[in-house]
Amino acid sequence: MTWETVIGLEVHTQLATKTKIFSGASTEFGAAPNTQACAIDLAMPGTLPVLNAEAVRMAVMFGVAIGAEIGLVSAFDRKNYFYPDSPKGYQTTQLAKPIVLAGEVDIQLDDGTTKTVRIHHAHLEEDAGKSLHEDFHGMSGIDLNRAGTPLIEIVSEPDMNSPEEAVAFAKKLHALVVSIGICDGEMAQGSMRFDVNVSVRKKGAELGMRTETKNLNSFRFMERAIVQEVERQIDLLEDGGKVKQETRLYDGDTHTARSMRSKEEANDYRYFPCPDLLPVEIDQAYVDAVKAALPELPEARHQRFIESFDLSAYDATVLCDDMATAHYFETVASQCGDAKLAANWVTGELAAKLNSEEQAIQHSPVSAEQLAALIARIVDKTISNKMAREVFAAMWQGEGEPDTIIEARGLKQVSDSGAIEAMVDEVIANSAKQVENYRNADAAKRPKMLGYFVGQIMKASKGQANPQQVNEVLLKKLNELL
Amino acid sequence: MSIDRTDIEKLGELARIHISDENAQASAKRINEVLALVDQLQAVDTSNIEPLANPLGARQRLRLDTVSETNRREAFQAIAPATEDGLYLVPKVIE
Repeated sequence: MTWETVIGLEVHTQLATKTKIFSGASTEFGAAPNTQACAIDLAMPGTLPVLNAEAVRMAVMFGVAIGAEIGLVSAFDRKNYFYPDSPKGYQTTQLAKPIVLAGEVDIQLDDGTTKTVRIHHAHLEEDAGKSLHEDFHGMSGIDLNRAGTPLIEIVSEPDMNSPEEAVAFAKKLHALVVSIGICDGEMAQGSMRFDVNVSVRKKGAELGMRTETKNLNSFRFMERAIVQEVERQIDLLEDGGKVKQETRLYDGDTHTARSMRSKEEANDYRYFPCPDLLPVEIDQAYVDAVKAALPELPEARHQRFIESFDLSAYDATVLCDDMATAHYFETVASQCGDAKLAANWVTGELAAKLNSEEQAIQHSPVSAEQLAALIARIVDKTISNKMAREVFAAMWQGEGEPDTIIEARGLKQVSDSGAIEAMVDEVIANSAKQVENYRNADAAKRPKMLGYFVGQIMKASKGQANPQQVNEVLLKKLNELL
Repeated sequence: MSIDRTDIEKLGELARIHISDENAQASAKRINEVLALVDQLQAVDTSNIEPLANPLGARQRLRLDTVSETNRREAFQAIAPATEDGLYLVPKVIE
């Protein structure tokens, strides 16, 4: 029996504002617990929220970036639930009148086709604090620094049909929000978190019952959680069972998901309009101004990489996969003077090394400026590609700048034509038999016979002779002997 | 619309307040009186009227995104029932 998977995503994106959505407390990551939780964040009696203009602007930026209609009048509602990391006893969010209405995001699939995922809406809301369940004498510890951090929750339509599509969509959103600078994109710090709604159905049938797996904070976890949940639902249905609507929690350490103990009223949030906040009104001129100031979008960057750096569509896709890689490449390409070589190095040697050591490109031991300096030495023929790899390995180990390493290891390529001619003469003089064979061979066979001589010369120069020059000089000298 | 004891018990649970048996009866009665008032209001035909968020036509003022709050953890934690290592301690909550 063929089952079709249906996936919808809710993406919680922390906005890169300096302060909270409703208070002037800092949102900087990593501060000591509760040092950035002010009276408003703590829900002290008598406090009132005041909306952060920058949070509004960033939400509108997202909206115009996905071609969505903007809610010129949006409003905040209260979502009521009790949990200690939310001191107010409710989350201030937008239900009936979100700031971003329907839009679209295109994703590129592995087979080269493009698929449009519809965005239902995106709304502004506040993040909760963090609960720490380690042993505090049988109690839980609460850090409210994150409470009140502005989020946009981006809600997709159930338009994805495989884990791969869901990941492609999530990565696309990630690249988008980082590109336009509204989110720092630090997944490990929880800057972007996904809730996935998954259901299965027989092809063409009505939508099946869905489950929600919450709080996935990496693309890999998301993919695994979906694969597992799809298998679980299909097994259940094929054994004659039913899928229960429930909320599940995925544990990244054990790669297992379990049903959250679901109380009957768990979803009774009793939303009502927040009486502490007035409707947020913006006008079309404001939206137009935000749109005009929007930074380059990932698609435009992709196109520009192809056009101004003369890259293949494939290279451009790999390099635009995330903002950090695109930035890195652009720095290398513009400083080293050879975009194609820069692309080869960033997607080849560098990517392989980052991968094998599980490093993010932002934290690469070899900076973009350093790699550019290295490639510049290939471009000006100081070193060969092969030597550059050796220098790169040394740079990775922290041995310093490329020029210093080239100097210290004596890797400078010999491009002095006098020195090369002397080496060629010497090898020819010591290879009487091979020279004889060459002279007697068919003209068509001669190019293949050059390999021996080149090998000898490179050996004599300890690999430092400029291979191109060696070839030229060698050919000239051998032809003189014919 | 009217509600009965079961609704009161559920509301009590959602609001995390204990409502005793005798109070449940009385609460249901009082809340039903309020609901009767709401019924009267809902009888008015508002099909052609834009909902109004407030009677003043006021709109939300926005603040600049600059840090204006300082660290006052010590003062806040001085009145908290339990703290440790800068964290507020609460009865264990884990789902």
